[in-house]
Amino acid sequence: MIGLRYRVERPGFSLDVDLELPLRGISGVFGESGAGKTTLLRCIAGLEAAHASRLSVAGETWEDTQEGIALPVQRRDIGYVFQEPRLFDHLAVRANIDYGRKRRAGETASNFDHIVELLGLEKLLERRPAELSGGEAQRVAIARALLSAPKLVLMDEPLASLDRARRDEILPFLERLHAEARIPIIYVSHNIDEVCRLCDHLVVMEAGRVLASGVLQDVLVRLDIPVLGGDNAGSIIDGVVASYDGDDDLTRLEFSGGSLWVPGHAGAEGATLRLRTQASDISLCRSRPEQSTILNILPAQVEAIEGSEGPTMLVRLRLGDDRIVARVTRRSVRELGLQEGDSLFAQVKSVAVRPPRPVTP
Amino acid sequence: MESLLQPLWLSVKLAGITTLLLLVLATPIAWWLAQTRSGLKPLVQSLVALPIVLPPTVMGFYLLIVLGPAGALGSWWVELTGSALTFSFTGLVIASCIYSLPFAVQPLAVAFESLGKQKLEAAWTLGASKADAFFSVALPLSVRGYLGAMVLSFAHTLGEFGVILMVGGNIPGETRVVSIAIYDQVESLNYAAAHRLSALLLVVAFVALFTMFLVNRRWRR
Amino acid sequence: MRPHRLLPLLLLLSSAHAEPVTIAVASNFITPMAELVAAFEEATGQAVRVSSASTGVLYAAIRNGAGYAALLAADSERPRLLEADGIAVPGSRFTYAVGTLQLWSADPALAGKDCRGALDDLGNRRLAIANPVTAPYGAAAQAFLQQAGLWDQVQDRLVFGQNIAQTLQFVATRNASLGLVATSQSGSEQLPDATCQWAVPTSMHPPIEQQAVLLQPVDEHAAAAAFLEFIAGPEGRAIIRAQGYEVAD
Repeated sequence: MIGLRYRVERPGFSLDVDLELPLRGISGVFGESGAGKTTLLRCIAGLEAAHASRLSVAGETWEDTQEGIALPVQRRDIGYVFQEPRLFDHLAVRANIDYGRKRRAGETASNFDHIVELLGLEKLLERRPAELSGGEAQRVAIARALLSAPKLVLMDEPLASLDRARRDEILPFLERLHAEARIPIIYVSHNIDEVCRLCDHLVVMEAGRVLASGVLQDVLVRLDIPVLGGDNAGSIIDGVVASYDGDDDLTRLEFSGGSLWVPGHAGAEGATLRLRTQASDISLCRSRPEQSTILNILPAQVEAIEGSEGPTMLVRLRLGDDRIVARVTRRSVRELGLQEGDSLFAQVKSVAVRPPRPVTP
Repeated sequence: MESLLQPLWLSVKLAGITTLLLLVLATPIAWWLAQTRSGLKPLVQSLVALPIVLPPTVMGFYLLIVLGPAGALGSWWVELTGSALTFSFTGLVIASCIYSLPFAVQPLAVAFESLGKQKLEAAWTLGASKADAFFSVALPLSVRGYLGAMVLSFAHTLGEFGVILMVGGNIPGETRVVSIAIYDQVESLNYAAAHRLSALLLVVAFVALFTMFLVNRRWRR
Repeated sequence: MRPHRLLPLLLLLSSAHAEPVTIAVASNFITPMAELVAAFEEATGQAVRVSSASTGVLYAAIRNGAGYAALLAADSERPRLLEADGIAVPGSRFTYAVGTLQLWSADPALAGKDCRGALDDLGNRRLAIANPVTAPYGAAAQAFLQQAGLWDQVQDRLVFGQNIAQTLQFVATRNASLGLVATSQSGSEQLPDATCQWAVPTSMHPPIEQQAVLLQPVDEHAAAAAFLEFIAGPEGRAIIRAQGYEVAD
């Protein structure tokens, strides 16, 4: 477990956070800018002083204002990836990566080769930072942080300063990293798409406070968190590849609530895939629609309806043991007389699939 | 010609030693100035910059008093070493360090300020202590600032006249630097000798500055 | 010498309200000059503007066309050169003051001691003299030390002031224990009290002659000629003598 408690008071801003995060996988910290995400991360790194603090990582206390403990930055075994690469311009890529390795024992040569390969840096090692593209530089920064023998990796919007193409270039590397899940990572982002692709645990912050913290799937379907509404509303289902229909180029996945067709050959049989649905891509019917173009029509139960103003409302549905969120108009809710506990059918218009990954226990 | 070379060599020696000392001395001052949010910053900035605006004669006059055997620093030095600071090469080095201090501090402070905290923070998170991060990151990234500080301190000390005139005592081989020697030659109407010395000084100063701008250009690439 | 002694003062008085005349004066003579100018202006109504610098600087300025009407130098060398080069009015050069040397100290360790005796055994004391190459007082100091047989033994104890005023400053701030300074300056009330002093006999060095020359023809600058006339006269000589200089009778 990572236990942390921070209280920071500044003019016009206060942070008050008390959290427990899992030691495995990626914990996303999601919120709009100004929510205090970066401050929290800098506190954990020891770059920012807090009025009251407690931080323990896997049983080691790094910081405790009551006990008078506060490890200086360099003695906390963290790897920090900033928004900007912050490479050392006077050193070649290899020396940049070696900077942390040399200062903290424990990283082996094989791990170096592995991470370098994972992030596709083999051909860049002798280059100078000035000769790298923005995406390449950020990959070097990630490798540098990972290879400094960290017990905890902190990533502060590592993709935010990059354009869409560069972001798409790096995301697969991060997903591969996640698949290995060796070191806990705290990943700060204001992009729900990144969070859904990468994280297992989700913390939602607003104005220096934690609104929700829990397993990604569970937090995403909460209807009482404004920042998870709007365009960000959506949900995640883990599905197992059951079969591939080569004629139509479709893959069938099974999950607790039935089966779903997704386009293309999504993965090998038996592989677990993460499926993401957006609330606006789901519509509801009282009876099973006949002759619909939509392939995925699943029986569902209404668990909750939320939406105090505006033309649309969010409906949380239970499909077996999984839950998804649908956005429907206020008028539809009224005309269909939707209520908690109703049984109906959900039409899923599209599903985004994430590459195979081992399911975290 | 020997009588010409001795003052020139003395000037180069003085400027060289002063420059080396200043780099060591100016680094912590510039670093503090670049990092601090202390209310004392404007005070220290002003003190450091004073030699730029003060006439050398004012500096020289105060130094003559402070470094003299009756002065605060001078009497302590006499107790310590048995000899006085004024009219000595050591005294000139101290006077030059004070006189050229802003020319070493300013380029370094600018370099440190433009470096910012970002890369240092990155170094700390990678396990580097504050001192380690300074030497392994801040210093190499401020090489141009150091180059500027070196050349400016060297050139400024080489061209120093008023202060040395006041505290040097014009002793051949000890404190008669090239600028004083030139002045003597002009005063005693030896315009030919003055020309030769001046030309030598001009060449040395030009070469120093030219080297800096050349290296600076290379560095930029 | 003094070819303009007979210049009628009346001629001057007629131009009493003319432009002030600018006269260059060596820095070491500023104090007597102020008194001389005050007395002269009172006597004649002619305003005098004084421009002062080291004799070397004034000499260079004059050679490069600075429009001074007359020069009161600290030596005889520069006025002689100006005359030889036809820049000064021929025959106008004369000695207006003769400087004398004083062995002087403000070092408490020498209080009540024999100043001249201290010169024989300097120990690690510094002796300040003006630069013999550039300053007449320095040349005189060197001549005295040579004649006294001390020149060689004081070599490594010497410090050189750029001029006689700086030499005095070295001694007054006790950076040098002893100094051969100008008698005219060592009496200043601004200085700390002397702990010992000794007048160097004028017989022991060549005279330190300060000479003046006229730089503009008399008919153009009668006022300057009148001023030189004045300082060579009885009133001017009295003022100069009172300032610690010797003057020709």
